[in-house]
Amino acid sequence: MNKQTGTNNPSSEGLREALSDNEKNRYSRHISLEMVGLSGQEKLKAAKVLVVGAGGLGCPILQYLTAAGVGTIGIIDFDTVDETNLQRQILFTVNDIGINKAITAEKRLSQLNPFVNFNVYTDKLTTQNALALFTDYDIIVDGTDNFSTRYLINDASIITNKPLVYGAIYKFEGQVTVFNHNNGPSYRCLFPEPPKAGSVPNCSDVGVIGVLPGLIGTQQANEVLKLILEIGTPLSGKLFTYNALDNSSLTLNVNRSEAEIAKVKSDDYGFETMDYDFFCGILKQENLKEISIESLKQWYEESKDFQVIDVRADWEQPRINKDNVVVIPLDELQEGINKISKTKDVVVVCQHGVRSRFAIEALEREYNFTNLIDLSEGAVNWK
Amino acid sequence: MLKLKYFGMIAEAIHKSEEDFLLVENLEKLTLQLESEYPKLKDLNYKFAVNQTLVATNITLKENDEIALLPPFAGG
Repeated sequence: MNKQTGTNNPSSEGLREALSDNEKNRYSRHISLEMVGLSGQEKLKAAKVLVVGAGGLGCPILQYLTAAGVGTIGIIDFDTVDETNLQRQILFTVNDIGINKAITAEKRLSQLNPFVNFNVYTDKLTTQNALALFTDYDIIVDGTDNFSTRYLINDASIITNKPLVYGAIYKFEGQVTVFNHNNGPSYRCLFPEPPKAGSVPNCSDVGVIGVLPGLIGTQQANEVLKLILEIGTPLSGKLFTYNALDNSSLTLNVNRSEAEIAKVKSDDYGFETMDYDFFCGILKQENLKEISIESLKQWYEESKDFQVIDVRADWEQPRINKDNVVVIPLDELQEGINKISKTKDVVVVCQHGVRSRFAIEALEREYNFTNLIDLSEGAVNWK
Repeated sequence: MLKLKYFGMIAEAIHKSEEDFLLVENLEKLTLQLESEYPKLKDLNYKFAVNQTLVATNITLKENDEIALLPPFAGG
């Protein structure tokens, strides 16, 4: 076993930080591994990793990086814990509902490993704060749930020259890769353009099997540890795909596109003034009519003659319990088409405003509806 | 024949995860064939991987090529 490498040895393999006796005991199962050893554990202690998003992916990533003894971990998440998160976001309990996820995660994680130094950020990651934040870390981990933040993270990683450990999930399937590592490809080399807004829903809109983010997030944590320890073969230039239903996996080669990377690196790219929501089409469709919950309540108070189409499943809460509500789940839209009024104003409703927009787009395109209005904030805050 | 493999929303839209497909000359022709067979594909975003490598250009296809249609995922 090769355990003699101490902190005083000059190293070309990255920074190290000495361990206390307590730490040596805590990490003994790592230190016993020839490929990690004391020097590897010291590298972990010296490493600084930023995890963006403390949700489904973020929870297992944070848990394993903390347990493994990564010395400095940044946690950024502006969101609060919700009851529906508890099915998969394993750092949180019922007592945490309503509290910020980054704060809650740090509370749990510091109980797991008091030797880790946590930096907690409750702000949203923006083009204004991303570059300064990324500069303080060695590795960035993407555990977010939307395309605009994913492109923002990718571009900021290119600009600040940081490796990015990427994971993403959909229902029963996941993708893992490492971007911007040793002249490897970036997210833009894989998908140069974001998909049409609303065409790829996220977990809160279509559901996800609870174990999946655990599997994919754990793989991301493994890639982070490999990068820090400089062991094995990182998934750079390789996209690992996994299907939880049949346990099939496929690893695809991703080539670097110099043009895509040069675009982001160029002086006139203007990262700090870039509008990623606009780039990802999240800004309103041009002629999409929208209504707020407040105005919808007003319509009810005025006894206005209109219809509400709820495209959620019938068990999703909170319900809008009014006589003019017709429930047609999104995947039964075609069968229920005759229940939708073509003459009255029709408000289309879902949980967060993604499925409703999807439904409106399909109804306008396929059935020439012109009377549809989107409850764009979703019914989630209906009281 | 070409061996096609579908992921995520692509597999859902066309109700299968894999199938054999008659050999066509190149990816562009394959796209047209697929879109005429499965019109829903026109609205979906995906990349082709040919024999486990993602490709951005219209490459020539040959017998027994394995082609994956890979959509982006956003969830986390």
